[in-house]
Amino acid sequence: MKKKRMAGQAGYHAMLMPGMIFLIIFNVVPMFGILMAFEDYLPAKGIFHSAWVGLENFKYMLEIPDSMIILRNTLIIAIGKIVLGTIVPICFALLLNEIRNKLMKKGIQTVVYLPHFLSWAVLAAIVVNIFDYNGPINSLIQSMGHDPILFLGSNTWFRKILIGTDVWKEFGYGSIVYLAALTGIDPGLHEAAAIDGANRFQRLRHITLPGIMPIIMLMVAMNLGNILNAGFDQVFNLYNPIVYETGDIIDTYVYRVGLLGQQYSFATAIGLLKSIVGCTLLLSANGFAKKFANMQIF
Amino acid sequence: MIRSKSFQSRLADGIIWAVVLLMTAACLFPMLNMIAISFSDKSAAAGNMVGLIPVQFNLDSYRMLIEDHQFWRSFLISVLRVVLGTALNLILVVLMAYPLSKSSREFRGRNFYMNFLIFMMLFSGGMVPLFMVVNKLHLIDTIWSLVLPGAVPVFNVILLMNFFKSVPASLEEAARIDGCSKLGILFRIFLPISLPSLATIALFSIVGHWNDYFSGLIYMNKAANYPLQTYIQQLNVDITKVTDASQLQNLAAVSNKTLNAAKIVVSTIPLLVIYPFLQKYFVTGMVIGSVKE
Repeated sequence: MKKKRMAGQAGYHAMLMPGMIFLIIFNVVPMFGILMAFEDYLPAKGIFHSAWVGLENFKYMLEIPDSMIILRNTLIIAIGKIVLGTIVPICFALLLNEIRNKLMKKGIQTVVYLPHFLSWAVLAAIVVNIFDYNGPINSLIQSMGHDPILFLGSNTWFRKILIGTDVWKEFGYGSIVYLAALTGIDPGLHEAAAIDGANRFQRLRHITLPGIMPIIMLMVAMNLGNILNAGFDQVFNLYNPIVYETGDIIDTYVYRVGLLGQQYSFATAIGLLKSIVGCTLLLSANGFAKKFANMQIF
Repeated sequence: MIRSKSFQSRLADGIIWAVVLLMTAACLFPMLNMIAISFSDKSAAAGNMVGLIPVQFNLDSYRMLIEDHQFWRSFLISVLRVVLGTALNLILVVLMAYPLSKSSREFRGRNFYMNFLIFMMLFSGGMVPLFMVVNKLHLIDTIWSLVLPGAVPVFNVILLMNFFKSVPASLEEAARIDGCSKLGILFRIFLPISLPSLATIALFSIVGHWNDYFSGLIYMNKAANYPLQTYIQQLNVDITKVTDASQLQNLAAVSNKTLNAAKIVVSTIPLLVIYPFLQKYFVTGMVIGSVKE
């Protein structure tokens, strides 16, 4: 009996083997690259023979003004996306829930989910076209008698465009979880409240919102774990040197310094710090969700 | 449902409809504008005269696109990548999710593997070291650099594992008594009943592979090897490289707007083709993925 059980165990290990090999090659081995953060890495010498500099790269990070700028940009953009990216889908789900025409509802959902499935490579072209100096939005502004705005070259507008277009892309898809939660609310509650004379707004406040509160808490917790992810793909495809001051985020900076500028050690140090902070945030978010909503992300 | 049709209620309905339709239009307009530009006359597009209806309707840009060899080469690379990548993702996800769905009493290594996977999902060495590994393995400029580094989508493994956990143990027990092997149980019992979950995961993979421009950008030295999204992304590069405002003001005039619009429209057609399936399965995928009690 024991022998047979051992054979069963071997079978399970064997099934995991192919995936584990890929993970070890492409996830574990690159982690040794983290050593570069503590070295003055030179490609000619390799990871194991480059000069060890301890925390020198991290000290340098604190000294240069770029660090503050990219951290500030990252936080402003990410927080803006989290706040609006939570509120707008909830409002949209609540509004859509009030629409009784099934066919229209389905059609609307089909349209608003679509941008989520397109990549930022494609959407950037669409956004650039819409916000172009001579584009549709500026035509509208001009017809109202104002001067056109160079949206994508303006440090006052760039972050607003990033936040706005991200919300635009994701609000439909983001409303799915809330719509699902809304269908879970007992219609009997609404009927009882209506009989007692509660109007639509009162029912929204006292039945609907409390009903979807656990999901809202869970989604907020999950999003907070992403506070250092301001959206590389979006920024990377929309920014330009004119708006580096307001639009450059940690990830784009690491890309430029590390892969283009080949300052491998410095880029790795920034990436490592971001990864550690992000990881801690995500774990606390999971703990938070577990404690307060009795749900967990993983 | 009691429906009191008071004035206020009707007003509220009107406002709700107006807001919802406005938001929907905001999603639709930019896409329709792009399509209209692709069918418009070149000078009309450059002069930003196109709204929702093509100006001087013609197929010139599509005729030019048909002859653009690089576009179609990139298109094929993307198709090949989606096929290879999705197949590999599915095989590995299925093989990993099954043992992990067992309790740690049935499979003693389970918790070790599970913690390992979660760690892999949360933490990474970053793009520079990964690039070095891919480079060392001589995968640069091959299709494998687009497929192998992301061979195990850890999140999907966990998704399918959770589904497998809900399969009644009695089914597996019955199959085992009838002499079915572990692989047999996986392929004859678990896979057929988890087809909707598998479809969700396959669609995640297809969309992920189709939409990814970044690995093409860093792992391909030759532009001839770019997958389609990287090719499209390169059209935008004009924008991300401008250094003074006057260049940015004249973007429309210098770029070939109608041809670029046609490229963008054609590059999204494959997604539109699978969109009905996406809508069906992604919705369930999103719900089972995020809500776990």
